[in-house]
Amino acid sequence: MGYKARFRVWRGDDTDGGLEDFSVEVNEGEVVLDVIHRLQATQTPDLAVRWNCKAGKCGSCSAEINGQPRLLCMTRMSTFTEEQVVTVTPLRTFPVIKDLVTDVSFNYQKALEVPAFAPPVGVAPGEYRMQQTDVERSQEFRKCIECFLCQDTCHVIRDHEDNKEAFAGPRFFIRLAELDMHPLDSMDRKRRSQEQHGLGMCNITKCCTEVCPEGIKITDNAIIPMKERVVDTMYDPVVWLGSRIPRRSAMAANRALDSGDAAAAEEHARSRLRDKPSDAAALGALQDALVAQGRFVEASDVTRTKLEHAGRGRGARQRAAADHAWALLCAAEAGQIDLDRYDDEITATLQQAQRLASIGTVLAGTHALHHLVHGRLAEAAEHSREALRWDRSRQTRADDLVTLAEALTGLGNRPEGESAMAESLTLWPANPRAESARSNMHEMGLQPR
Amino acid sequence: MSEIERHRYDVVVIGAGGAGLRAAIEARMQGKRTAIVCKSLFGKAHTVMAEGGAAAAMGNVNPNDNWQVHFRDTMRGGKFLNHWRMAELHAKEAPDRVWELESYGALFDRTKDGKISQRNFGGHEYPRLAHVGDRTGLEMIRTLQQKIVSLQQEDQRSHGDAQAMIRVFAETTITSLLKDGDQSSGRISGAVGYTRENGTFVVFEAPAVVLATGGIGKSFKVTSNSWEYTGDGHALAMKAGATLLNMEFVQFHPTGMVWPPSVKGILVTESVRGDGGVLRNSEDKRFMFDYVPAVFRKQYAETEEEADGWYDDPGSNRRPPELLPRDEVARAINSEVKEGRGSPSGGVFLDIASRLPADAIRKKLPSMYHQFKELADVDITKEPMEVGPTCHYVMGGVEVDPDTGASVVPGLFAAGECSGGMHGSNRLGGNSLSDLLVFGRRAGLGASQYVEALGAARPAVSERDVESARRTAEAPFDGDGGENPYTIHADLQQTMNDLVGIIRKREEIEEALSRLEELKSRAKRIGVQGDKIFNPGWHLAIDLSNMLIVSECVARAALIREESRGGHTRDDFPDMSDEWRKVNLVCRPEGDGVRVDKQPLSTMPPELLSLFDRDELSKYMTEDELSILPEGKA
Repeated sequence: MGYKARFRVWRGDDTDGGLEDFSVEVNEGEVVLDVIHRLQATQTPDLAVRWNCKAGKCGSCSAEINGQPRLLCMTRMSTFTEEQVVTVTPLRTFPVIKDLVTDVSFNYQKALEVPAFAPPVGVAPGEYRMQQTDVERSQEFRKCIECFLCQDTCHVIRDHEDNKEAFAGPRFFIRLAELDMHPLDSMDRKRRSQEQHGLGMCNITKCCTEVCPEGIKITDNAIIPMKERVVDTMYDPVVWLGSRIPRRSAMAANRALDSGDAAAAEEHARSRLRDKPSDAAALGALQDALVAQGRFVEASDVTRTKLEHAGRGRGARQRAAADHAWALLCAAEAGQIDLDRYDDEITATLQQAQRLASIGTVLAGTHALHHLVHGRLAEAAEHSREALRWDRSRQTRADDLVTLAEALTGLGNRPEGESAMAESLTLWPANPRAESARSNMHEMGLQPR
Repeated sequence: MSEIERHRYDVVVIGAGGAGLRAAIEARMQGKRTAIVCKSLFGKAHTVMAEGGAAAAMGNVNPNDNWQVHFRDTMRGGKFLNHWRMAELHAKEAPDRVWELESYGALFDRTKDGKISQRNFGGHEYPRLAHVGDRTGLEMIRTLQQKIVSLQQEDQRSHGDAQAMIRVFAETTITSLLKDGDQSSGRISGAVGYTRENGTFVVFEAPAVVLATGGIGKSFKVTSNSWEYTGDGHALAMKAGATLLNMEFVQFHPTGMVWPPSVKGILVTESVRGDGGVLRNSEDKRFMFDYVPAVFRKQYAETEEEADGWYDDPGSNRRPPELLPRDEVARAINSEVKEGRGSPSGGVFLDIASRLPADAIRKKLPSMYHQFKELADVDITKEPMEVGPTCHYVMGGVEVDPDTGASVVPGLFAAGECSGGMHGSNRLGGNSLSDLLVFGRRAGLGASQYVEALGAARPAVSERDVESARRTAEAPFDGDGGENPYTIHADLQQTMNDLVGIIRKREEIEEALSRLEELKSRAKRIGVQGDKIFNPGWHLAIDLSNMLIVSECVARAALIREESRGGHTRDDFPDMSDEWRKVNLVCRPEGDGVRVDKQPLSTMPPELLSLFDRDELSKYMTEDELSILPEGKA
């Protein structure tokens, strides 16, 4: 009945770490937390993991299993095949303390910012009267066990340290909704939700609802109704703009980029950076503007700065490192830098990103490009195919198709290379890599293999 | 030598469950600078796992309910070993404490007329448990947590610092209490502990400490308790010279999950039975009718028909025997399994599927539905659950003054599960959450008044004691590495489960005591790997020393009490004894072990005695004791 499972567990602290492989016994009916406990008892006594009840009621053992935010105690081993590698990594949105334990103090800070229940004036304790149908709406949100998986998965903060200040996150949107819908709460929370807690930054992708172990309909029952109430009771563009002034230039840069005007975007971003050289949003916008113009060397200067200023969040640092490696590789591919001179930096940055990554595959595309610029075409093809299995956004998919197209052409498979390139261009016609890639493919096609 | 962090407070509360948070709220409201020190994150305490509800005689569902009825039920449940004054205060004050939660923002389920709804539970004569589905403990923790946040928001406004008056030290474990004298004398002067995140030692200088650390279940293999339940408060109190009583009384909840093995022990709420669930054996028989003891014969139904009639018409039918107090039901299940009428995985069947429509089950018992679906692949709206006894609660704890929560050590207070006396030999379901609120508040108040009376003359912290506390906590790193804390823990759990479990006998308890001696000497050779930063092996090594002391208390007291009562069943002394009812067993430290002494139970005053009829009292008490009742009364 028992078998040996292959586990990969992230071990490390806030400065360094990586995935470690284990072979560990699994018995019938066990959950991932049982296996982690067995590792502690038999192989790694100091492996840090947070847990309390082991019954899905306290929300302590949150982590990522094969890249998915989950409770370790509610993930049964029977959901995996015996051959499948189970990768367990810490929550990505929060800084690592040690191994699977992260610093979730962000959430307690946000809790402090939500004004408490305001009891009705003149109603003594014991005299509260509420109908069951009226309390049920708020009761749904009070099922929350504060596992913070919704906070972990939310893209607004998952890889964007700079958004954390202005954004309370789904856990606190349901808290706000709960209070707003409480039959006897005497405070109006709608304006605050938008102005102080960043409700407007949520673009209702429902990722939070998907990961909620309590099945709370965070988006449909809390966030959307709150957004509607906010719109009903206030829409004051002046107030809205006022709250955004510090980030206005960075946003203008993004808007310019969206409309295809990379030069204007660059100017907006640089103007913001003159006031605050480490502004993460503006650095991001400048990086995008330079990449869009194919100026990869300058882009890599920006990504280097971004990496230096990345906060403590593992996700943000991992992303900064990955971006920097990518920018340098693009510069190398386009012949804008001398690969030999920069290869140590590229390799080190890539390793740093890899150590911080939730799962091994997320950087497959970057590894593929690294192989490509070194002329290791078979590896480049293999890694870009792996990357394509995981890619979600159009642009990363388009990018990995470019790498695959070059690798395949170099390997002599010109038709498949051309078709990958064509698919890439439909996804992202303005890909700044496309031009140099085309000329590389042309040269490779001319050389007999 | 590493740095030691220092803080100064008026009141330090150890533990952030229901009792600790309520104590801290009270101390802060009394104007005392208060620290809450807890082993886990804020809001994760074991209280979140309480499912059924908080018992309080509000009379919202049945207007005949009042504090006297609740008091009677509590004393009966505890088989008259309870401290009468605690049971009295508890029954009188529980309604106010529950209503107060509403003013902090709690949202209980409602009656049709908009009041707090109340549900039936084992041993309670009327529907009495304020609840929120089957997640009442979570509601309580979140409410108290949010009340503390609201106090911090007030402090932010008035002091410019949210933590000026009340601060939570999360993931911090207290390893020693400090006094201005030795173990047998002196007053509390503070506490020493370490922070998990960085391994830093912390000293709290404070004249008053409230212990609210919960229970001891992690010394047993099959338990519903979370990892924190290692008897820390019990052990800290003993080491500081306080006394523990009733330690032989350990509640085995009748219904824990039994399959799959890895979740064995996880609680299945009593609400399943309160809402109509029944227990059956492998022969499909509702066996509880065969297990109604003489003392309860009058209150429980004798036929299935009468029992089923009770849910809708409690006036003309008696209660179903599935709703007997927990000790009775747990023993009954144990016997059925022993006699070969158990379920395939070694429990019995708990059936709600054939009793309620699927929708009603999902509505009333959402966590249970979810728990069985996720962990056992069982749909409880379609099939019965398999359940069996699981170590759930310790009735024993720090001996306290009922009104103030003060222990025998000046400055040391205790509340909630780590205190003793309130529940006697067996706790009724629902009486824990209300206990936490009533006595949490009282301990916070008692501590504040004690600090007030001390004035400026605060007991001093001895640097030597701080240093020695630190050395003791670090000792596992110097061990020769011969012993693994996880292995010793597993051996301890097996020993307590097998030899001092639900049914006990002399030879087995003696065997347990000799194994405990071995475990104690093995524990001295524990070697811990790694450093002090969030190192679970080290944390367990420290917790183990507490579990070993507490387990010894349980075993020694269990050996001495030669009767069966509530959470203490002796195979070799199966009857309840009038003489033993008058006795508390009190544990004190002696050398590196435990001494147990007999101590007379406080006598119930005539006005409370006269709430019962003489017939019933005579089942528990000697004629001598009853002679104080006025002639002709009841």
